[in-house]
Amino acid sequence: MNEKEVLSRRTFLISSIAAGATFGFASSVGAANFLPLPDPFKATAGPLFEPTIWFSIDPNGVTSINIAKAEMGQHIGTALARILADELEADWSLVRLISVDTDPKWGPMITGGSTSVWSTYPVFSQAGAAGRMTLIEEGAKLLGVNPQDCVARQGRVETGDRSISYGEIVRRGDLSRRFGADDLKNIKIKTPDKRTLIGKPTRALDVPPKTKGQAVYGIDAEIDGMVYARPKLPPTRYGSKVVSIDDTAARKVKGYLRSIALEDPSGTVPGWVMVIAETYPAAIRATDLVQVSWQSDETIHVSDKDLQAHAAILIADPAAGAVLDTGGGDVDAAFSQAKSTIEATYTTEGVLHFQLEPVNALAFERGGVMEIHTGNQAQSFILPVLSKALALPPEKIVMRSYLIGGGFGRRLNGDYSVPAALAAKAMRRPVKMILTRADDSVLDSIRSPTRQTLKIGFDADQKPMAMDHAAVAGWPTKAMVPVGLVKGTNGALYDPFSIAGADHWYDMGVTRVRAINNDLAQRSFRPGWLRAVAPGWTNWALESFIDEAAHKIGQDPLAFRLARFTGRGINAGSAPNAVGGAHRQANVLRRVAERAGWGRKMSANSGLGLATSFGQDRDMPTWCACAAEVEVDRKTGVVSVRKLWLDIDAGSIIDPDGARAQAEGGMLWGLSMTLHEGTDFTNGRVSDTNLDTYTPVRINDVPEFDIAFVESTEVPMGLGEPPTTVIAPAIGNAIFAATGIRLRRIPIRPRDVLDAAART
Amino acid sequence: MATNFRINGRSASVVEETDTPLLWIIRDEIGLKGTKFGCGIGMCGACTVHVGGRPTRSCITPLSAVEGAEITTIEGLHPEGDHPVQQAWRELQVPQCGYCQSGQIMQAVALLKDFPSPSDADIDAVMAGNLCRCMTYPRIRAAIKAAAALSAGKVSHE
Repeated sequence: MNEKEVLSRRTFLISSIAAGATFGFASSVGAANFLPLPDPFKATAGPLFEPTIWFSIDPNGVTSINIAKAEMGQHIGTALARILADELEADWSLVRLISVDTDPKWGPMITGGSTSVWSTYPVFSQAGAAGRMTLIEEGAKLLGVNPQDCVARQGRVETGDRSISYGEIVRRGDLSRRFGADDLKNIKIKTPDKRTLIGKPTRALDVPPKTKGQAVYGIDAEIDGMVYARPKLPPTRYGSKVVSIDDTAARKVKGYLRSIALEDPSGTVPGWVMVIAETYPAAIRATDLVQVSWQSDETIHVSDKDLQAHAAILIADPAAGAVLDTGGGDVDAAFSQAKSTIEATYTTEGVLHFQLEPVNALAFERGGVMEIHTGNQAQSFILPVLSKALALPPEKIVMRSYLIGGGFGRRLNGDYSVPAALAAKAMRRPVKMILTRADDSVLDSIRSPTRQTLKIGFDADQKPMAMDHAAVAGWPTKAMVPVGLVKGTNGALYDPFSIAGADHWYDMGVTRVRAINNDLAQRSFRPGWLRAVAPGWTNWALESFIDEAAHKIGQDPLAFRLARFTGRGINAGSAPNAVGGAHRQANVLRRVAERAGWGRKMSANSGLGLATSFGQDRDMPTWCACAAEVEVDRKTGVVSVRKLWLDIDAGSIIDPDGARAQAEGGMLWGLSMTLHEGTDFTNGRVSDTNLDTYTPVRINDVPEFDIAFVESTEVPMGLGEPPTTVIAPAIGNAIFAATGIRLRRIPIRPRDVLDAAART
Repeated sequence: MATNFRINGRSASVVEETDTPLLWIIRDEIGLKGTKFGCGIGMCGACTVHVGGRPTRSCITPLSAVEGAEITTIEGLHPEGDHPVQQAWRELQVPQCGYCQSGQIMQAVALLKDFPSPSDADIDAVMAGNLCRCMTYPRIRAAIKAAAALSAGKVSHE
């Protein structure tokens, strides 16, 4: 056996390998397809049927569907392709996905808020239907029959016992017809009973390469001649300036090239120093040795305590914040007439995204265009920033998409693409920047620590007549796309993502919801959108507080909730998205309570808790309900979750197994943020930066669970985040049921349980 | 000085600082990108490879430690990617973002060598070191059991 050895860096020469062995070497840069495709899918020359920008069919019938959404584990390409292929009556075995670049023709490129299926559904169904109609017309001509006598089925146009394949129609027919956005709007789509792919079991197209080490993520992107960079992060997110750099020690590291203080006109990465080396390990070593002195602003001293104290002052100021439109009425007058009231304050710790692939980007100039190769969820947000940072017009910048090794909202914030591009510009050669895990955590746009105060007023019959909910947080929209802020009824601007959930579907009489920005948080870190965003904290407060309110007036928490889902007024719901309104929320709650055996006798220190939510947004409600069974160890304070029941009404389910996978992940994220993970904020930074102290759910923490979906043909809603929102309050309420201890801060750690028990 | 070892059945000779983590040698020198960088402190498991048949966190394994060793990465597990664990992973649609899954699969393969029909407690004990941020844990557990059944079936047919 003759074997040659590895000869040079990044060249692996083999003369003899194990019989039959093949190895996938991903050639990533420049590849449009984000998944390696098997041979049958190889593009062929010849005419293409391309009636819309969204798909094409080649002479072999291979249907390529353009996906402008980021693939980060939600199998979104598969779900969206199913929608289009269903209307198109495509042969699913010939469908392939194309991940597109940032050409403006794709429209806004944002993947977040669990909106992809919901927002893409209309245009993809209409694009598919337009294709089907055209293929039937042309197919009928080729078959010599009337189009009315033809049907399309699995990639063929059929009439009687004769048929013609889509591929053949592409080869022989006249397929010059084009449909623009306006033409598509008038296309009629199928009725639900005619669906052939939507709602049917399927296999995600991105799964096989992910089991073979062949999937290509941003961190895997390479180009000849590139150098590596690791940032030397300044002590504060914004207010630091480089005073001096001393790289004497770093120069002893083999492969170290230089350290660059970035000049960033966009203000995204002020005070950053990029340490450049020939290999990434060298960049890591050198960065540790480079000495930088900075001048920093006062945020270098900010701690969680400061953020909370500031939030408390803001809540106490009635003029602070924006008031949402919740149906009108004089809340203060209603409270003054109330016979009794209840009030409580809830807080949450900061949460790291901790997406497993640390943020990274490869940037280089090619043909006068700055190319940025990276996984990103919101190219549309960061392109204008890159334009400013690089002093280049937007058309001279292109972002190329890769699989994302965990999004959860982190990569909606494209801040990490800016330093890579600036470094490539300064170095005049390709630069690949990778953050170490600790760097990634320090830079993370965390879920803001929050503080919320809620109040309910009851009338003489103990019926709620007034409710007030004030929520203070750092606002991601303000940090990243301020144009997305909306105006409250008092004229003040607010971030809808940072208050959603508080505008609930309960009938609580006159209601006020106030969204308040924590300006100190805003200066101290870059607040991020994190799986579910506000509904992850507003529902923690709201659903715990509803439980408290029910107990205060001696009512069963289930009965109390159901009585408040009157479905009247603004809670009636409307077509197309919220048909049924509050009644659908009541339905999932009733179902989950029944499945969990609500009201059954529990053993000592065990309890059942309920919570419900409408997912993300009133305009896109995914109705969720959770029952949690917990057991509390009074000696250690350890809360053991015995079982979680989840009920979800997300309208039509496009991909049942994918939907279940999202629900499982969302549920366990919810559990993680309730009992396992959270970080303090000290000296202007997060305290926990790696897994030695930051402790998300592991396999041994997973409880028994039972997830059910409501069968529905209503408009499909989002699924990635909604299940996250009901777990914390269900567990908190279960702890109360088990022990009489009410906890008002997440994460709940054993120490918190013991401390609260000592006070109770 | 060159460090010599075998990887996926081939010989390799690498001239690099001997304290360089094996992970970067595998990814950037040899060019096998299936092994991933997650935490850098051996606590997430995304970088798991087999060294001498044992699951090893390559991010905290220095190059000097693998002189003369036999290394297997996800790419070398099975020529067509059809190891029973990989098959089970596809059957149960385990991966979401997929970033941790090479490490999960390498860890699971080693688990099944030691515990051909693992209990839930065995799975918890061995797999708790592998973080999945998408939280695909329920499917990882089910897929390990399915792979065990698949492997057992194969053995009995032989």
